[in-house]
Amino acid sequence: MSTATTAPPARTKPALQEPGSRSRIPWRMIFLGLLALLFLTPLLWMASTSLKSTAEVSQADLSMLPQDPTTEGYEKILGAPQTPVEQWFLNSMIAATGQTILVLVVATMAAYALARLSFPGKRIITALVLATLFVPPISLLIPNYVIVSELGWLDSLAAVIVPGAAGAFGVFFLRQFFLSLPVELEEAALLDGASRWKIFMTIIVPLSRPALATLALLTFLANWNDFLWPLYVLFSPERLTIQPGLSTLQSAYTTDYATIMAGGAIASIPVLILFLISQRFVIEGIARGGLKG
Amino acid sequence: MATITPVSATAPAQEVRRGGGRAPNADPAVMRAGLGTALLFIGPYLVLFCTFVLAPIVYGLWISLHQWDFLLPGKPFVGLQNYVDLLTGGSTTSETFWNSMRATAVFTVLSVPLLMVLPLALAVALNKKFPGRNAVRAVFFAPFVLGVAVIGLLWRYLLDPNVGVINYYLDLLGFERIPFTTATPWVWLALVVPTLWWTAGYNMVIFLAGLQDISAELYEAAELDGANSWQRFRHVTLPGLRPVTIFVLTITILASANVFGQPYLITQGQPGGETRSVIMQIGEEGLRRFNMGSASAMSTVLTLALLIVSAICLSFLRERTPKEQKR
Repeated sequence: MSTATTAPPARTKPALQEPGSRSRIPWRMIFLGLLALLFLTPLLWMASTSLKSTAEVSQADLSMLPQDPTTEGYEKILGAPQTPVEQWFLNSMIAATGQTILVLVVATMAAYALARLSFPGKRIITALVLATLFVPPISLLIPNYVIVSELGWLDSLAAVIVPGAAGAFGVFFLRQFFLSLPVELEEAALLDGASRWKIFMTIIVPLSRPALATLALLTFLANWNDFLWPLYVLFSPERLTIQPGLSTLQSAYTTDYATIMAGGAIASIPVLILFLISQRFVIEGIARGGLKG
Repeated sequence: MATITPVSATAPAQEVRRGGGRAPNADPAVMRAGLGTALLFIGPYLVLFCTFVLAPIVYGLWISLHQWDFLLPGKPFVGLQNYVDLLTGGSTTSETFWNSMRATAVFTVLSVPLLMVLPLALAVALNKKFPGRNAVRAVFFAPFVLGVAVIGLLWRYLLDPNVGVINYYLDLLGFERIPFTTATPWVWLALVVPTLWWTAGYNMVIFLAGLQDISAELYEAAELDGANSWQRFRHVTLPGLRPVTIFVLTITILASANVFGQPYLITQGQPGGETRSVIMQIGEEGLRRFNMGSASAMSTVLTLALLIVSAICLSFLRERTPKEQKR
């Protein structure tokens, strides 16, 4: 690994020192290209295995490409009453979309208050909210299970939509963004007699579209991929979201990996598509969430 | 999601003080608002925050002081007994708990160095424009957007002792088949490699952002001084990345210490509970056997351990930064 780390800087300005042929061989690109291929391989195996027949995955000879491509695995899993993948998919869509909307509404308003309004107790609230960023989520698992059960939400989508929206990340993230916006526009609008709510809706929200898009994507992805919490709070087969649902495939189909990989592919396709069309927002969001300030 | 933020939260905390003091004088009209208006904006979030973050923190501690069987009506108060049981050992619960702490520590020690070095190498290699750079970056990052259940099933297949892809190729090349998912030390490989594949891209993205903040002039100056590539990496890149490195180290240690899906799905704790992580243990004890009192005590012990680790990492950040500036 250490050679990999040191090699690249050597080629930042090779032409200046050695105009010879060495700089012509794009070692960096070859190295990265091969590594990227290696990173893609597991995904390619998932895709190809999902298109094999049950017989083919269990035979002695494996090949990267399916010998006789079939949608057998998909058909088997989409019709199964004990493993209703299409229902899990729908549940996950509802949960992830629902939580994203909830976070956008609630966190945007709270972040605006913390960034722009002065009111009694603001410092304490801000400090409390930020401090909980350090609280490991595991310490909330057991008590939140009891609370959700008291609310009658066990085995319902409310359990995977609402509690997760209380996290401090969205508020923190947007508050940082709002603090970076110039106040002049709001001052002008106030002088014109605009209400606080109108300012929020017509100035702040439109100006914050990129930040809101980033937060929406990160929230959607995190909810879609959440595993630990839904695994315990949902239990009926038809109520599961896709991640805990997938984990039941292992016991349902044991080594019928064509069918299991079909389930994996179904769960992966929406997030991969979402990532491909929005990778700039996702990647910048993570870089910014980590580094801002 | 909370894992994305710990370090950044330190800077804003200072800003709160600054902002709170300054703003009323600088732009009073914009800041001024009635309590009603403020409540309208922050109220909905506060309700959620109090119910699902603040209250559970206290409630969890309260539960840990009881013999709290979720399914039984009586939940007798036992004081610190759950903690005493855990810390003094002797019971089977405490034995499995400390085994799971050990397994988690082993996983963390094995995975964190790789999760620092590979992403840093990738970031340095990608920190220069070349055709296809964004595509390559997307490929390294892509596994991260897949949920851990997909990662688990996929690698369970690739590593399957009998019909798995990797063993098929080992066989083909004349090696013996390896029981990756059932025998030590292979089980650790079966947890670390998928984790590396899954999350290296995440750390890489943060390193890349950090690299872009290092001024190009520093590299030029170093080159004029005759520094070779290793020296430039050692004396410009690494010091410039120090805060980012500490941040990535912190979130990576925390993420590894909270490992759950990989051992739950890939090794299923095998062999004989050896790879059962502490989160698996807490879930099992509290939400399958419903011994919530002892499970909450386990959570508290783990939480304290994680807070200590974060504090140590963050203190590095605070101590080193002023020295850097003085130089």
